[in-house]
Amino acid sequence: MIKTIKSYCSIKNNKVIINGRVDPPISIDGPLDSYLNEIYRSKQLNYPKYFKMDNLCKLAFLTGELLKMEDNLFGINQTEIGIVISNSTGSLDTDLKFNSSIEDRQNYFPSPAIFVYTLPNIMIGELCIRHKLMGENAFFISKEFNPKIICDYINILFDCERLQGCITGWVDVNENNHNCILFLVKKEELNTGQIIFNENTILKLNNGEF
Amino acid sequence: MNSVYVIADNIVSPLGFNTSENFENLVLNNSGIKLVEDQNLFPTPFYASSINTDEIDSHFGEISSAGNYTRLEKMMILSIDNALQQSKINAHEKDSIIIISTTKGNIDLLKGYDNNIKNERVYLWKLSEQIKNHFNSPNEPIIISNACISGVLALIYASRLLQNSVYKNVIVTGGDIISEFVVSGFKSFHAISEGPCKPFDVARSGLSLGEGSGTLILSNDKKLTSNKDVISFCGGASTNDANHISGTSPSGEGLFLAIISTLNEAKNHSVNSIDYISAHGTATLYNDESEAQALSRAGLETVPVNSFKGFWGHTLGAAGIIESIAALHSMKKNILINSFGFDKLGVTKNINLIKGSRRKEINSCLKIASGFGGCNAAIAFNKL
Repeated sequence: MIKTIKSYCSIKNNKVIINGRVDPPISIDGPLDSYLNEIYRSKQLNYPKYFKMDNLCKLAFLTGELLKMEDNLFGINQTEIGIVISNSTGSLDTDLKFNSSIEDRQNYFPSPAIFVYTLPNIMIGELCIRHKLMGENAFFISKEFNPKIICDYINILFDCERLQGCITGWVDVNENNHNCILFLVKKEELNTGQIIFNENTILKLNNGEF
Repeated sequence: MNSVYVIADNIVSPLGFNTSENFENLVLNNSGIKLVEDQNLFPTPFYASSINTDEIDSHFGEISSAGNYTRLEKMMILSIDNALQQSKINAHEKDSIIIISTTKGNIDLLKGYDNNIKNERVYLWKLSEQIKNHFNSPNEPIIISNACISGVLALIYASRLLQNSVYKNVIVTGGDIISEFVVSGFKSFHAISEGPCKPFDVARSGLSLGEGSGTLILSNDKKLTSNKDVISFCGGASTNDANHISGTSPSGEGLFLAIISTLNEAKNHSVNSIDYISAHGTATLYNDESEAQALSRAGLETVPVNSFKGFWGHTLGAAGIIESIAALHSMKKNILINSFGFDKLGVTKNINLIKGSRRKEINSCLKIASGFGGCNAAIAFNKL
């Protein structure tokens, strides 16, 4: 058995790319939120919890939906699918929002609905709830996308039989910039036309060089 | 696959700046939780386990004259430095790596800047660079930020890397501070207890926050261990409840699965029973109940269990590391530590909380944790 990338989807620089195919452009002159909501509408999704999420989770959620449309995750036991994600800014986009709500003692309104999103791994929670996944979780931070951190771990988790499938990648929101790519990794018999899961292919797919 | 050995450790908290000071205070039943009256943190007083800043500065002055470190960076550097001194490991060796566990890092640097990032150090990777540069580490530290399981997860990740020879030594360090940001957040959740927290007690009403840093050095080279009391990693797992982002599963489903995986892995290391459990025990109504459910379902009701949160409060990204270290020293000294703040069982499963510290031979232990995002983790260690 080998580890392959069954599908990969990205939303970055105002472009939606699904397994290398670029979606028709969505032109929205507005904040990231409006752009993401437009993707939600264009894909005809129906998941009311989406509207409670912060932008970071919305971005991860939408990319997760794209992956699911390409390759149904089911067929693998839900306890054997993990999620290992990384980014650079953690949850700072929402941290700043929460911080604004407590800066002024005369205008102090901290909200638990915002505070809960001041942790980057909440996006893993949202994906797990959406797709009913209960396997291994990990969230890493690095200045730039560093496939070695996630690949080392995922390889080990597959090899020690903790995982049969894994969603992995990079999900980052910084001010109005967004950068998200998720990969679905599965174990398969060796065949032709497969994309082998390793640091190099992850890096190439992320750079659009495949 | 390599064995993974515990080499050295350190805890920085209000109970001391090294592990032995801290452990002595646990044995003496001294808690670090006090009434904190600090307008910069919260308008009204609250109970928390906070470290005196002058003490941090004075200890830091003994190891470095460099001034440009934040409070948290100083705490983490002090912790790593002290742990390294007890080992033969150099952080600047190519086969050693630092793993950092933190939930919010230097989040206090946002204060006063409203909607702007004026200081790069609020990025966790920048905090990590500070630590890397201080210790001249050739490898980029790995940062894990996975809510309240960060510390346990960092230890599992470290152990997996060592089992598979990715590195020879891993220096796992965790730290978080009490900030206005975190206090306001937990207050908004009504999660902070009026008095000092009372994990698993019938009168518990929420958590007490804490701050601290801890470092555990692990290696796959047995020669680096002291010959007596060799302790080894024997299993670990993380899971997700897939239930709710801000609450644990009422049946403790995810935690139960993590415990079962960990116990199964431990069996491969010929560890067939657990002598002691260090629970997450935050003292919120829901956490403690679902933890009790998970332990009961895993057949661990009779195993002595405690929560260290009554001593240190909830130290967030440091908790899993500090509390694992305390559990490891309980094993070394064969002492079960009192579950501080506990009096009368307040969960629906009859788990065996430790009342009053006492001697008992401990050959294996289990450390568990759960956090926001529905995440859970378990790790087991055994004496060789």
